[in-house]
Amino acid sequence: MIESYLPILIQALIASGFAGVTLLLSVMLGKSSKRNAMKDSAYECGMLPLGEAQPRFSVKFYIVAMLFVLFDIEVVFMYPWAIIFKDYVNTIGHDIFWSMMGFVSILLVAFIYAWKKGALRWDN
Amino acid sequence: MPAPLFYFFSLLMLIFGALVVICRNPVASALSLVVSFVGLAALFISLDAYFIGTIQILVYAGAVMVLFLFIIMLLDIRAEAGRKPNMLAVVGGIALAVIFLVQLGSVLSKNEMGNKTVADVPINYQTAAQVQKLDTIKADLQNSTLPDAKLVGQTLFNRYPFQIQLIGCLLLVGTVGVVLLSKREVN
Amino acid sequence: MGSFLDSINLAFLIASAVKIVFFAFMVILPMVAYSVYLERRISAIIQDRVGPNRTGIPLTLLGFKKDSHIFGIGGLVQPLADGLKFLLKEDFTPAHVNKFYYWLAPAIVMVPALLTAAVIPFGSELDLSWLTKIGVDGAWLHKPIKLVIADLNVGPLFTFAIASLGVYGIVLAGWSSNSKYSFLGGVRSSSQMISYEIALGLSIVPVLMIFGDLNLSKITEYQDANGWLLFPAWGKGAPWENGWHFGRWALLVPVFISFIIFTVSMFAETNRAPFDLPECETELVAGYHTEYSSMKFALFFMGEYAAMIIGSGLAVTLFLGGWSIPFAPWLGLDYKAGATPAWLGLAHIACFLAKVVCFIVFFIWVRWTLPRFRYDLLMKLGWLVFFELALANVILTAALLMYFKI
Repeated sequence: MIESYLPILIQALIASGFAGVTLLLSVMLGKSSKRNAMKDSAYECGMLPLGEAQPRFSVKFYIVAMLFVLFDIEVVFMYPWAIIFKDYVNTIGHDIFWSMMGFVSILLVAFIYAWKKGALRWDN
Repeated sequence: MPAPLFYFFSLLMLIFGALVVICRNPVASALSLVVSFVGLAALFISLDAYFIGTIQILVYAGAVMVLFLFIIMLLDIRAEAGRKPNMLAVVGGIALAVIFLVQLGSVLSKNEMGNKTVADVPINYQTAAQVQKLDTIKADLQNSTLPDAKLVGQTLFNRYPFQIQLIGCLLLVGTVGVVLLSKREVN
Repeated sequence: MGSFLDSINLAFLIASAVKIVFFAFMVILPMVAYSVYLERRISAIIQDRVGPNRTGIPLTLLGFKKDSHIFGIGGLVQPLADGLKFLLKEDFTPAHVNKFYYWLAPAIVMVPALLTAAVIPFGSELDLSWLTKIGVDGAWLHKPIKLVIADLNVGPLFTFAIASLGVYGIVLAGWSSNSKYSFLGGVRSSSQMISYEIALGLSIVPVLMIFGDLNLSKITEYQDANGWLLFPAWGKGAPWENGWHFGRWALLVPVFISFIIFTVSMFAETNRAPFDLPECETELVAGYHTEYSSMKFALFFMGEYAAMIIGSGLAVTLFLGGWSIPFAPWLGLDYKAGATPAWLGLAHIACFLAKVVCFIVFFIWVRWTLPRFRYDLLMKLGWLVFFELALANVILTAALLMYFKI
């Protein structure tokens, strides 16, 4: 069991090694040339950069991230439910279906609330 | 898990956990916390909690910390200026940590389970299989694999169906909170 | 330290290292290189052009009189030339970036993409006992080697968990570049990826309900014996072999919906057209990698293609039987635990790769056929259509499973 996770550790090492080596190789083999002020400035289609480099972005992105966390937790609860569902229904009873139904319907209320309040609107 | 790996991941967790507090740059703090979570996931996996370990990465490292990064970017939090640390707070914090460690050590040394490792108390798969009601769990145990995700599911939905609904309500409250806090901007 | 070394089975370690090198570096990376080539050729065909068809090995430099195209038929050496070019290009780090994170970001995109490959079974098992006849010997040869790098009991969840770490690479690239286009691209991309992660996660719940397991090897073995999830035509899946029980065929409805949601979400997760908003050149130049050049840019590029290949691999494993050969039990080509001959093991690998290549061609075809989405429509599709549909699909599957008592 635990030993089946060992290859993942090895692969993580090999993959990071690969990324590191390719970056290093391009530093070593890459052509070098002089810097100048224009080359060092941020790319804005040939114009001089205007204003802040990191403008404040819409709060909508933040709402999406927050809702994602909430609904991701819901999905996580569904995984252990899903893998025993078939066996449970056939041997113990249908209560597992109804408890998930209750859980999902509460979450659906949350979703409809967010939707109706316009938290998921992007076209305004 | 072999002992050196345990020490490696514990150290990883502790060092990056400390970096979360020490780093001046908020993005660096957030990323340190991600590494710390990955170390924690590895420790969960070493305790035969494979499902929880994976979920630790999926939810905390993959979802919660992305949200943190978003907030850092949204509010445009810059690195703190070289403010002098409050000496009283630092000394107090260290003292508290030491007291906590001593307390933890004294409690754990009195508990007999403290000296046992997972290897000392191996799971008896065949005996465990006999008391199981579900066929999939039984079959897995007979093959000497630990179906931890299935056991989590069975325990959760057989024994705690009401608590599941409570969790649903908590998430509902969270959603309402998010929408209310950001409503002014949306309108 | 001695007990540490004793506790590790050396043969197991070597076998895993060989599998990792084989699958990650001899299968996925060449596939990445050649899917770029395939993309260029197919897009050329779709747009009635020729595409890169000339790159060959310059034999005239080696003293030959004439360039013959034996090794370079149809530009097959193009990926090699591309790779060389990436290595030799100027490795420029602009002055305005946050250096450490700027260098870290491409690695953070690439490493999770390669790491997710660990749980995907790329073949059934390989019998290496014939090696003893040619002189190689060892106890590890007598047991067939399972062709999956890490046979985990949390299979698809592991893939999702590690893939979700790839978001950091994109956020960091956008943030550390200190440039407007990069920043907007990074924010857009991460927002899109997390939105579709929910639909992606929900879409496999019906699949897990039907299989009742999270282990991808077991899922594939089951499909090999009882019909693929999307094509239940033999074993327990086929009504004529199962007392005219139509339960599995009724389940095709939710399975098909799941498959559609999974595939489309995969497009969005890998930032491929029609969801390539993060790098849409008409608005954001190149999105989060605007300020990147040479190998650092190539790592983003390779990360995207590797994610696409592994996503295809996961879709194939869950819905299309993984390495299983169609009608295997009828043809006698099915997997028998511990008794699969070496040639069949190789045939299974070939079958898996063939399915993945078909999927990649589909990815490319879609990219050059459909126009790009608008951002508000993309979010609407993810949150209001796919999320709801996937949730309803879970309930439908539950109802069908209870009705048919499968």
